[in-house]
Amino acid sequence: MQLTYQDTNNTRIITVGENRIDAAIAISFKDKMREITDTGPKRIILDMEQVDFIDSSGLGAVVASMKQVDADTKLELAGLSKTVAKVFRLTRMDTVFTIHPDIQSALGGGLANAS
Amino acid sequence: MHLESLPFMGHARDISNQTPPAACCGINLVFPGDSLAVRKALLTVQDGLKGMGVGDDTRSIAEIVLAEVLNNIVEHAYAGQDNGVVELHIHKHDKKLKMAIVDDGLPMPDNRLPNWTAHELDVRRDDLPEGGFGWSLIRDLSSDLTYARRNSQNRLSFSIQMNAQ
Repeated sequence: MQLTYQDTNNTRIITVGENRIDAAIAISFKDKMREITDTGPKRIILDMEQVDFIDSSGLGAVVASMKQVDADTKLELAGLSKTVAKVFRLTRMDTVFTIHPDIQSALGGGLANAS
Repeated sequence: MHLESLPFMGHARDISNQTPPAACCGINLVFPGDSLAVRKALLTVQDGLKGMGVGDDTRSIAEIVLAEVLNNIVEHAYAGQDNGVVELHIHKHDKKLKMAIVDDGLPMPDNRLPNWTAHELDVRRDDLPEGGFGWSLIRDLSSDLTYARRNSQNRLSFSIQMNAQ
């Protein structure tokens, strides 16, 4: 399960280094997300640029990841592929998450001082 | 086009009396009923559909529906059983992709397909649903959906409309 993160502008950017969030990795995805989001900035953006495909188990794991962060912490999404966006739209989960076209726009254009 | 042939064809194949689609113009796969084999089968199907000239939009819909159908077989029909086998047949017919899936697992509850269910999303964050989207996705994206329980097998079939490319 490839999940890496960096903090910048009081935001934690978590990058999914997997092509698929599916039934085969849904549980480890959720567990790793819990580990990474347990502490840190109150704004979290999940960068899904590399994810080509998500199934309903993967979607459930993303929803679970959002539910398991602190009540005052926000989990947003960025970089959804066409197929991934379709799954969010059909299940209306696109109304539950804040979804950005990509990380740059999520950060308001500046990723210059990523630390 | 026979993309993959595995040596552990199971019971499903032995007692099947249905002629599979001609090997020249479709996809026929037999694979183990576990989630990693499902992932591999979905990737094989994507390559096969590309080879059949099926466009991106249709392939994307086919992948979403097939993933849900196959995951359901692994999770429910073969729940906890690690030697299950899944058969998948796909062919083109009248601007549709016709798909048929056979497994030897447990029957659907009440021997029928689950209904489409709406999800309540206007709820507190803690109450948001984390599952149960599968059948809604299948019903939203497919047509001609049929299910039959025969000879201790589940036989599911459906069509995906091929979009003009």
